Amino acid sequence: MSLLDHLPVLLVIGPLLCAPLLVLIRIPSVVRWLAQAVVTATAAGAFWLVQTVNEPISYRMGGWTPPVGIEYRVDKVAALVALVVTSVAAIALLIGHKAARDTVIKGRLHLFYAAYLLCLTGLLGMTMTGDAFNVFVFLEISSLSTYALVAMGRRRNAFVAAFNYLVLGTIGGTFVLIGIGLMFQMTGTLNMADLAERLVEARDTRTIHVALAFMLIGLSVKLAVFPLHQWLPNAYAESPSAVSTFLAGSATKVVYFQLMRVIFTLFGASYIFGEARLGTLLVPLSLLAMFLGSAAAVYQSSLKRLLAYSSIAQVGYLTLALALGTEEGLRAGLLHLMAHAVTKAGMFAVVAIIVDRLGTDHIAALQGLSRRMPITAGLLVLGGIGLIGVPGTAGFVSKLALVDAALGAEHVFVAGAILMSSLIAVVYVWRVVEVMYFKTESEGPRLRERPASFVPAGIFLALMLGMGLYSEPAFELARAGASQLFGGMP
Amino acid sequence: MMELLGSIFPGAILIFGALLVPFLKGNLRNAYVVLLPILSALQLFAFELGFQGGQSFFGLELTIVRFDALSRIFGIVFHIAAVLVCIYGWHVKRSLDHICTLIYAGSAIGATFAGDLVTLFVFWELTAVSSVFLVWARGMDEPARKERAYRAGMRYLIVQVGSGVALLAGVLLHFRDTGSIAFENFGLDASRGAPLIFLAFGVKAAFPLLHNWVQDAYPESTVAGTVVLASFTTKLAIYALARGFAGTEILIPIGATMTVFPIFFAVIENDLRRVLAYSLNNQLGYMIVGIGIGTELALNGAAAHAFAHILYKGLLLMSMGAVLFRTGTINASELGGLHKSMPLTTVFCIIGAMAISAVPGLSGFVTKSMVISAVGNEHLTIIFGVLLFASAGVADHSGIKIPFFTFFAHDQGHRVKEAPLHMLIPMGIAAALCIGIGVYPDALYSLLPFPATAAEYHPYDATHVLTMLELLLFAGLAFVVLMKLGVYPPELPRTNLDTDWFYRRFAKNVALDFGHLAEYGRASLWQGFVRFRNAMLRVIGHHHQPPEGMLGEPWTASATTLWAALLLGALLLMYYS
Repeated sequence: MSLLDHLPVLLVIGPLLCAPLLVLIRIPSVVRWLAQAVVTATAAGAFWLVQTVNEPISYRMGGWTPPVGIEYRVDKVAALVALVVTSVAAIALLIGHKAARDTVIKGRLHLFYAAYLLCLTGLLGMTMTGDAFNVFVFLEISSLSTYALVAMGRRRNAFVAAFNYLVLGTIGGTFVLIGIGLMFQMTGTLNMADLAERLVEARDTRTIHVALAFMLIGLSVKLAVFPLHQWLPNAYAESPSAVSTFLAGSATKVVYFQLMRVIFTLFGASYIFGEARLGTLLVPLSLLAMFLGSAAAVYQSSLKRLLAYSSIAQVGYLTLALALGTEEGLRAGLLHLMAHAVTKAGMFAVVAIIVDRLGTDHIAALQGLSRRMPITAGLLVLGGIGLIGVPGTAGFVSKLALVDAALGAEHVFVAGAILMSSLIAVVYVWRVVEVMYFKTESEGPRLRERPASFVPAGIFLALMLGMGLYSEPAFELARAGASQLFGGMP
Repeated sequence: MMELLGSIFPGAILIFGALLVPFLKGNLRNAYVVLLPILSALQLFAFELGFQGGQSFFGLELTIVRFDALSRIFGIVFHIAAVLVCIYGWHVKRSLDHICTLIYAGSAIGATFAGDLVTLFVFWELTAVSSVFLVWARGMDEPARKERAYRAGMRYLIVQVGSGVALLAGVLLHFRDTGSIAFENFGLDASRGAPLIFLAFGVKAAFPLLHNWVQDAYPESTVAGTVVLASFTTKLAIYALARGFAGTEILIPIGATMTVFPIFFAVIENDLRRVLAYSLNNQLGYMIVGIGIGTELALNGAAAHAFAHILYKGLLLMSMGAVLFRTGTINASELGGLHKSMPLTTVFCIIGAMAISAVPGLSGFVTKSMVISAVGNEHLTIIFGVLLFASAGVADHSGIKIPFFTFFAHDQGHRVKEAPLHMLIPMGIAAALCIGIGVYPDALYSLLPFPATAAEYHPYDATHVLTMLELLLFAGLAFVVLMKLGVYPPELPRTNLDTDWFYRRFAKNVALDFGHLAEYGRASLWQGFVRFRNAMLRVIGHHHQPPEGMLGEPWTASATTLWAALLLGALLLMYYS
């Protein structure tokens, strides 16, 4: 076995082992570059994984054969999600240092980086593992470190946000655990592939019904499905810029992947949308999220909160894609996962520049930004265009796929709703553009824009445009992943 | 060189070249913005008739370039218009206007050559997004008009983007049903998507009741902006209809309605650029009737009329723009007697007015008569009569009213200079083309979609010429009589402002004024909510009032937990049964 065969586990262990190391080193400059190096290395590893994985890779922990031993199982979708998570983490960390230095209490910078790496560990672990209990463990690792990261925000409100997130996150985690526990009770296994096989017989029992309900609601809380979304706006808005960028592009995406696995791997789409009738609950909730999330975004006075509410609407698109219950829908969901990760992370990265220079993310403070910081304003508009889904951006490709999937599932009304809700996105993006370009009453002096600060946002938005203009690779990836996942565990 | 030009899509030079405009200044910039459309026009020579070029995208085979006779004639006239409007806009200092003009023209050209519906959609949206800045531009120059221009632009944008969304939905449904994205003549019954596509085209072509955005937005723009706006969007829609829905019979009554109803509004309107916006609708009506008939002659007529129309409508709008530029007003009641101070503009305007009235010897005559002949050939008597009546109406409000009230009538004491040279040049070129096409129509006819049919058509026979002259005489007579009686609307004392105001109120009620409605709904909902919440807060003795509204307010963790419990309960109940 070469080193590359160990890649699935190396990706998880790398940041996990590095985190305590950072706590011991404590020297800010070393800590910074070591963390950056590790995260970048995981991103490179994930990229390699995406390139090579065709049939699912099964990695046996300690050589124990599943289902007795713990198995890491990397299929195309897992590799894709891992790639999204690690690349967002690597790019977001580039903004991290300055933002972290300004916000985190002096002398504790290493703790910020350690928590960041642990969060990445948790997210990657959830993605890679093929063991249901492992999912819960990594979910808690990522959640606990996220609470700490959110609490490092520059305002005192960050503590409240972190605490609320902690309460709700714990409820979500507990629900998931209850679900896993009940399944274990009925089937006697925790390995997902094994579970899937045994559930075929056990799934018509009341215990499994309850287990499924707990799993779905628990994951919905973590995914911020409307109306269980209320932890999200504050957590995104109060956390340090690097953290909100990281979370916006990764945390909900991984939970989304878990939801996919519960639906398609453990139970199978035909059961979930047939006998379990998840569609009747998920479609209306998704539509509500799309419209009410966007509508709430229109009324926000802070840019980060505006983006956070837009994320809730985007989660609506994601769950809607699943709720269609078709392979096309799954494909659209994966495309939207990628598109939204780069777009929203890119916008948060731009907000990071604004917060850094203006000291606030209030929309009213953006007056005349087009003249004060022309490039920053331009990048924000570019991100907004992507959020609306204008042709040429990633958002267009994924929304088109989503509308197409909805039409394919004979949901003409839903397809219309997707198009209509995109128009609301025009409104909230326009509000920001209007303030930046057309309101000039109380305009401040021109501010110097540091070219280096554009790097993270630039990479994200370039990826967004790249995916919009040359969508073939992303499309192929989503197609292959969807067909693999939809077929169930091979 | 030609191979290089043939490898990129038409319009690309304009769209991408526009991005360099901010880096240029003064004369260099002026030369550059004219050079781009000329270069882009040369690019057309790189293609041969029947050329199709494509690319794979998203698993679909796209035909980005389709070069045939129908797209060629629209492509040519769009290029001519682009050159003219770029010269006309030389006095504009702000780069944004030039960039938007170029991208807008480029995307209209790109859409014209799009061989599939997806490419069409992309350019369709790009024309909407790039042109809206031209509506806003005047607000940036004149702070007093800022709010007004902003609102008009927003309404314009919503209508245009709405058309794009309808197109996208239609294309997807069409693809679902037929498995093809080819942009060809599919008619209304091809798929479930076809009516949506038809609607999308109809919005941009300003079908009756979908037309208000034209009169709403166009006259709000700058001197140069209005000319630019009037040249592309609606004619692109005409092209799209001719391509996709030729011979769709419902278009005949739609077009006939369009020729007639704007006349009444145009006659009572005071803002002369708005008068022209109404007559724009009327002219589109002829083309749509032609498309609806769908015979070779009729389609030739529609395409030829679009070609001629862009030139003379542009000429009229340019002359009105020059008047606005010099005098600062464009209301009929405040103008008059300008022929002494602006003689060349007067001459050009009269040529444009004669062309739009289809006076024999000018471009409007040789193209409009083609449509009317096609109607006659199909024995559609009522439509024939309607079109003749409409022709008299055009002659009245555009042919006589515009030049008469601006340059003659009562001298209002404006003593201004002649229009600047950069405005006279494009007006001169357009006027020359109007006369050229009228005198030597075969040059235009050979470019038409069906050149063989066109070659057999002779506009200058006794019936056509006599009918037209009689009509013109009648229109002139009507005008003189109304004037003598002192009841010609703009001459009614003290009513000008009222007419204007009345119409605007009327339009506001008729038009789907999304902007206002949404604003109103938002405000009242919000007020209602604030009242309710304040009442609740008073009850519980709480004074904290966050500004973001119910959804934006952070609910407590307990509320979310409650929701989680409720949803869990719902799921369990569902599975219990």
